[in-house]
Amino acid sequence: MTIHPRLEETAVRARLARRYRRERRFRWYCRAAVAVALLSLVVLFGDILRKGWGAFFAAEVRIEVHFDPAVIDPAGSRDPAVLSRADYAALWRQPLLARFPGAADDRATRRELLSLVSDGATYELRNKVLDDPSLIGSTRPVWVSADDEVNLLLKGQVDRDAAGGGQRLSDRQVAWIDELRAGGDLKMGLNVPFFVNGDSREPELAGILGAAIGSFYTMVITLVLCFPLGVATAVYLEEFAPQNRWTDLIEVNINNLAAVPSIVFGLLGLAVFLNFFGLPRSAPLVGGLVLSLMTLPTIIISGRVAIKTVPSSIREAAYGLGATPLQVIQHHVLPLAMPGILTGTIIGMARALGETAPLLMIGMVAFIVDVPKGPLDAATALPVQVYLWADSPERAFVEKTSGAIIVLLGFLILMNGVAVWLRRRSERHA
Amino acid sequence: MRRGSIRLVQTLVLVAVVVLLAAVGHRLGLGRARALRRRGEKVHSLPGYYGFYVALWCAVPALLVLALWVALEGPLVQAVVVSSLPAEMQQLPADRLALLVNDVKNLAAGNVSSQAVDPTLSAAADHYRNLRRIGFASSAVAALALAVGGLLLAWRRVRPELPAIRKVESTVKVFLLAGSLVAIFTTVGIVLSLLFEALRFFQRVPLTEFLFGLRWSPQTALRADQVGSSGSFGAVPLFTGTLLISAIAMAVAVPVGLFSAIYMSEYATPRWRNLLKPLLEILAGIPTVVYGFFAALTVAPVLRGWGEAVGLDVASESALAAGAVMGIMIIPFVSSISDDVISAVPKGLREASYGLGATQSETIRRVVLPAALPGIVGGILLAVSRAIGETMIVVMAAGLAANLTANPLEAVTTVTVQIVTLLVGDQEFDSAKTLSAFALGLALFVITLVFNVVALQVVRRYREQYE
Repeated sequence: MTIHPRLEETAVRARLARRYRRERRFRWYCRAAVAVALLSLVVLFGDILRKGWGAFFAAEVRIEVHFDPAVIDPAGSRDPAVLSRADYAALWRQPLLARFPGAADDRATRRELLSLVSDGATYELRNKVLDDPSLIGSTRPVWVSADDEVNLLLKGQVDRDAAGGGQRLSDRQVAWIDELRAGGDLKMGLNVPFFVNGDSREPELAGILGAAIGSFYTMVITLVLCFPLGVATAVYLEEFAPQNRWTDLIEVNINNLAAVPSIVFGLLGLAVFLNFFGLPRSAPLVGGLVLSLMTLPTIIISGRVAIKTVPSSIREAAYGLGATPLQVIQHHVLPLAMPGILTGTIIGMARALGETAPLLMIGMVAFIVDVPKGPLDAATALPVQVYLWADSPERAFVEKTSGAIIVLLGFLILMNGVAVWLRRRSERHA
Repeated sequence: MRRGSIRLVQTLVLVAVVVLLAAVGHRLGLGRARALRRRGEKVHSLPGYYGFYVALWCAVPALLVLALWVALEGPLVQAVVVSSLPAEMQQLPADRLALLVNDVKNLAAGNVSSQAVDPTLSAAADHYRNLRRIGFASSAVAALALAVGGLLLAWRRVRPELPAIRKVESTVKVFLLAGSLVAIFTTVGIVLSLLFEALRFFQRVPLTEFLFGLRWSPQTALRADQVGSSGSFGAVPLFTGTLLISAIAMAVAVPVGLFSAIYMSEYATPRWRNLLKPLLEILAGIPTVVYGFFAALTVAPVLRGWGEAVGLDVASESALAAGAVMGIMIIPFVSSISDDVISAVPKGLREASYGLGATQSETIRRVVLPAALPGIVGGILLAVSRAIGETMIVVMAAGLAANLTANPLEAVTTVTVQIVTLLVGDQEFDSAKTLSAFALGLALFVITLVFNVVALQVVRRYREQYE
């Protein structure tokens, strides 16, 4: 390679080397920035997964339960009202005490032993009997939920050696746990209560079903309201609206609404829907109303883009065959724009599903044990449940919170996946 | 079920009945038009449009009457009840009267308080309940009569020469217009509700104290004779706290986002770019409550540990933790818009620069970035408005006490945190404490609105420049 004679001058070469060094440094800044962003993503997901994976599993204790007719249903009536009132706690307490005869001596020791099993075991046994009354009279091994302190120990979240000093588990309890494990009577299983229960003060009983159903009703209301309205607005603005000040005003409005902080929509819901119209507090109906106002701009904006990309030749061909404006839209424009509109809708809905702040304003933060049965019942939503559990002082709730986050993120990934798939498909057809 | 819910269910059932009638009307109109056709008449439009014509005549007037009643019922019934109260009660000042009316409503709804009930009040409550029942019944009857009447009238009008398609289309067009007005109504609703409640707040607390006061402690006395906690509403510490956390967030998001955008648009191969862009946008799709949890339970303890290691006292709810995590969330807002804007800079500018012997980074720094600057600034302004309005991260990771400080290691509180703490939980709706949340909301709305309008304007003007 021949070098231009002037480049051999040392000053020029030195400057050039400096400039190239600077170029390399600049590239490294850029790469570092991307690395930082990706690293935060990985750390965030890794942290949540690491903390929350355990929430899907829970410790269970095997107890030989004798479904004693004398305790459950002395009269033998098999009446569900009688069955649900019986003292099921005795059914699991006695065999547990019998297994460790040394513990039955004084009250304090007994209480320590019994506290290894969750209070929910009573309800689990009751539900078993209510589902299948023929169990009464039989003796069979039953797996019941263990207490959350046992969970923490088995998952290694409590230091075993320190367990005796100042921790909530005593040395005796740790010894019992070891004995139960050695006998195969204590194992980790799928955490069923987490998926089928509403909220609870007891970490091992708290589940996400109530919040998930609340989210479901909220999302249904949001979709029912904002999809037709969003499509109508997009169609009007793209196909009918004259170019004048009013249309400009509507446009500016929509663009601004898309950037208004979500909590302001919550204030609107509180002032208008609750205080002015007197709609019920904490109801998914109001949550859906508020979230649909928030989601509407997203759907309108994506709907307009989708309608704009429909080639005008299609419109003109339809007009040429004598179609009316609405027929053109209904039969040609909307079907072609639908994948784009749906993509925008799903993305808007995904954002609404993760939204918390407006729901706090309209009171969907109450502690609600029952699973809501309709959009008028008091309910929470998945992200609100995350917020509530994150606030809870009990240590076991950290895992629950992360577990709920994993479920929430799972739904979001699913929705966004569908949106991406729809977009790909429509791109291939276009 | 609560009484409000019962009324709601009744209204919904009524709406369902009207819709059902409209469906019947659709079948009838359709049938009549088809019959005309079979008779060999030359019918103007397709039969389906006659069906819709009848259905619209059936449903629209009835639903309008219902909507009107729902909107007017409250104030109307209230006015009648107030006028029937004894004269000395009507002479009461406005706020006492409002309390009285509230008592009557509570009595009527069955939320009886434990105190002995004044017979005049309970009579008024009965009156109120009766009026509402009569009002609802009559509105229901009127709506159903209108639905049936409209149905019959329209059905008789179905004749071959009726241009049903044109009538249906013009009605649908009105619906479309009405739909697009919802966006306007939302904005008007936001502004009015915030303004209305904020004005009530400023009647109690002067505007100057709110804007320039240095102390924020919204505890007001529960009883008049209570001492000590008079409540002070100086919002300056909240504004500085918001500013501090937003500044930290931008200090993270702007460099990372901008350099990522440069990398994606200038250095990365198309394949990398197509992979990186959606990956970064995941950051914007994660719910903020997840970031809040991450900030409070992971980042804050780590920062505290680092602080202890070098002998610094870091608060467990430090502004730094909340701000840094918020910055991560905002990275895609900066990077996406910057990427679009940088990619839109014409190729000719770059090539001219290369032709003069500039290296790639020199071209980017001296040519591309200055050309893209307005768009980038617009994107950053949008990101700032997002940071100011962000709620969940700060609610979970920032402090509650209003602290006038610029030290990022201390706990500060923000406007959004205060709105949430003031309005979550039990509230009495007339106290200055509750109303102050709406004043804060108004301030938040105005500030973010200014940022948004300026940003959108800047971005739009920039786009026009290169199109």
